Amino acid sequence: MNREDFPILNSGIIYFDSGATSLKPKCVIDSVVDYYSNYSSNSHRGDYDISLKVDTIYEGVRDKVKTFINASRVEEIVFTSGTTSSLNMVVFGYMAKYLKEGDEVLLSKSEHASNILPWIILSKKIGIVIRYIPLEEDYSLSIDKIKSCITPKTKVISLAHITNVIGDVRDIESIGKLCLDNNILFVVDAAQSIGHIKIDVEKCNISFLAFSAHKMLGPTGIGVLYGKYDLLCCMDVLSFGGGMNSYFEEDNSYELKDVPFRFEAGTQNIAGVIGLGRAIDYLNSIGLDKIHEHELELKKFAVSELEKIPNINIYNKNSDSGILVFNIDKVFSQDTAIFLNRFNICVRSGNHCAKILKDEIGTTNTCRASFYLYNNKEEILKLVEALRRQDEVYDNII
Amino acid sequence: MDDKLKRDIILEHYQSPFHKGLVNGENYIRVNSRNASCVDNIDVEVLLENDIIIDARFDGDACAICTSAASIMIKTLIGKTINEARDIINNYNNMINEEEYDSSKLEELNVYDTVYKQPNRKNCALLPFRAVGEILDKK
Repeated sequence: MNREDFPILNSGIIYFDSGATSLKPKCVIDSVVDYYSNYSSNSHRGDYDISLKVDTIYEGVRDKVKTFINASRVEEIVFTSGTTSSLNMVVFGYMAKYLKEGDEVLLSKSEHASNILPWIILSKKIGIVIRYIPLEEDYSLSIDKIKSCITPKTKVISLAHITNVIGDVRDIESIGKLCLDNNILFVVDAAQSIGHIKIDVEKCNISFLAFSAHKMLGPTGIGVLYGKYDLLCCMDVLSFGGGMNSYFEEDNSYELKDVPFRFEAGTQNIAGVIGLGRAIDYLNSIGLDKIHEHELELKKFAVSELEKIPNINIYNKNSDSGILVFNIDKVFSQDTAIFLNRFNICVRSGNHCAKILKDEIGTTNTCRASFYLYNNKEEILKLVEALRRQDEVYDNII
Repeated sequence: MDDKLKRDIILEHYQSPFHKGLVNGENYIRVNSRNASCVDNIDVEVLLENDIIIDARFDGDACAICTSAASIMIKTLIGKTINEARDIINNYNNMINEEEYDSSKLEELNVYDTVYKQPNRKNCALLPFRAVGEILDKK
């Protein structure tokens, strides 16, 4: 759907790597070019017309994000450089202060590096205990298993909404309720779900939510940290400088700006914020329900077509997202990805930054095809056709 | 050497690699090497005696180019002195990076002389050599 809105598709590529970064519609590209061409100036600083325009649009995007995820206050929206930065701010800005030695944080082995490594570092620093909730046979996460891992010491549950390898969708509403009942903070990595499924931070009792714009049709280098207002007010600032302070004096006295501005030190990624705002408008104009339905249809179609050809191992037939992970039997994933590149098909190979998932799925490396609104069944048939020619996988090796 | 022959040699080494599987011997020097894209991941171990490579082995998960390059590299380096090995590694790196090199030093490794045409394969071809280079630097 809406393929004509994505100029890069004119090049003839079949892009199945939206899990890494999505393509950008022309309206998003144009909004960034418009800023640089017509009103390029800094925010929160100027007294002249184009700077005022920047301020109005920049803060307007904050409001759009608030509505997009149903936050209760606009102050709960912090612009960051992306999911990774947002999660690091949560772990080192809030959790480092809030958690004590022996406190338990529940994660799963299918989390992205960004939702494991910061916790490992914090664990080494202050002695928190990371516990991995066991996965089900299909690598999904059940509410019962989460419940069984909760102890009086459990202070945080931090999970991806949709995992980036298996693509399973976590029931964040039920997990949020569980967290509420047990007085546990709930951190959600929405990198793979934002722009694919509607997220309601209020309804799901989410304490902190992290996502990037570039996986939801927006520019790279810009993302969001949502935090409940009271939590953000207690969160430490990790970066100091211009734009985030009210004053500082020779006697070392200083005062920081209010939330969220204190978390946005230095000149921000204004073009990124503008592009994010346009991406939200674009997604809203289509409707997330329609997008999700389309992705699921493509995934189902891909599974049914790939099952018709021999030697294809699919690792996540049942996950309810547009992510499909597979290997050709006995072929290393990178060799498959490079082979598919011959057909202009872009898939990702490797461990997809989920380095400890290998023990669960029994393979270190897979190919991942991730679908989004601009993909269609014709493209999937081309993937299937290429994989039918698997005997040629090494023909162009040199 | 024509492309078909090169491909056959590479695939033979990929499908039946030489000295794949570590022995973890006491005197072996071992390093892990992986490329930035997190795909190829290999361990290489080398046994040196009197500055001569007596034995070398590798293991890990890697693509056809990386695995075969590790296999051919090991076959080429066993019996060489450290200086000879360094010379081979330098010439090989130059070949992959499209710089001047002496093909007469590279024996069967010449099968990779066109890898530079596929930039996404260069790191795969270089990885095993980076590992051995690190081991030799420890001496």
